[in-house]
Amino acid sequence: MIPLSWYLLVAAALFSIGLYGVLARRNAVAILMGVELMLNAVNINLVAFWRYGRFPEQPVGLAWAVFVLTVAAAEAAVGLALIISIYRHRDSVVAEEMDTLKN
Amino acid sequence: MIEQIIFIVISLFTLMMGWIVVSNNNLFHAALALMASFLGVAGLYVMLDAGFLAMAQLLVYIGAISILIIFAIMLTRRMMQTEESPFNSQPGLAGITAVSVFAVIAFIFWQMREFWPLGAGEGAMPPADKSIILGSVAKLGEYFVSPDAFVLPFEVASVMLLAALIGSIWVAWPKTEDES
Repeated sequence: MIPLSWYLLVAAALFSIGLYGVLARRNAVAILMGVELMLNAVNINLVAFWRYGRFPEQPVGLAWAVFVLTVAAAEAAVGLALIISIYRHRDSVVAEEMDTLKN
Repeated sequence: MIEQIIFIVISLFTLMMGWIVVSNNNLFHAALALMASFLGVAGLYVMLDAGFLAMAQLLVYIGAISILIIFAIMLTRRMMQTEESPFNSQPGLAGITAVSVFAVIAFIFWQMREFWPLGAGEGAMPPADKSIILGSVAKLGEYFVSPDAFVLPFEVASVMLLAALIGSIWVAWPKTEDES
C-alpha cells in the first residue's frame, strides 16, 4: 500500500519545481511550462484525495481534475498566442524586456 | 513492495524531468522533458486507478499542449539560442522561495499526521477498495450532464474554451500597420 502522504509530497515537490521555473526563468515560454507543471501537481493532489478520501464512490475529485485540465488547455492557447504576438511586435520573448507598461 | 518501487521510480522520473524543464538551457529540450514529465504524471494517475484521467492527460497535455508549446518555440526562433543563461537576475531568491514553499507544505503534512492519517504506520488511511470505484468513469459522465452536479461548470467550461480559442486566434493574427 502506498501512503497518501507520498502522493502529496511528490505533488508538493513538483509544484515547487514549477514555482522555481516560473520565478527564475527569463523566457516567457519557459514560464508557461512552469505553470503547466504546477497545474499538474494540483491535479495529482485532487486525484489522490479522491482515491484516499471518505467518498470515493463520488468522483468529484476526478471532475475537478478534468476542469483543471480544461483551464490549462485554454491558458496554454491564450498564453502562447500572447507570446507570439509580443514576439512579432518587439522581437523578443524575454519576460524582463516586456516593460511597455512600466513608468 | 513492488507497487512502492514502481511508485518511487515513476515519481523520481517525473521530478527529474520537471527539473530539466526548469533548468535546461535549450528550450526545445526543456519542452521534450515537459512531455516526459506529463507522461510520469499520467503514470501516477494509473497508480491511483484513474485510467480515464491518465488517457485525458495523454491526449490533452502530451498530444495538444506540448505540441502547442513546441510550435511556439519554433515560431520564435531566437528562443533556440543556448549561449545565454536561462535564468533572470534572481535565481537564488526564486530557489529560496520554492524550497520554503515545499518546506511549509511538508510541515503542514507533518502537523496533520494525527488528524488525517497520512503515514504508512498504525492508523494509516488505506485507499478505498477497488470495487467501490469501479464505475467511477460512468458516474463522472453522469456528473457532467446532471443538473444536481456539474452541468453548469461543464457548460461554462465549453464557453470558456470557445472564447479562449477565438481570443487566441485574434491575438496571434498578423496585423498590418494601419490596423494596429
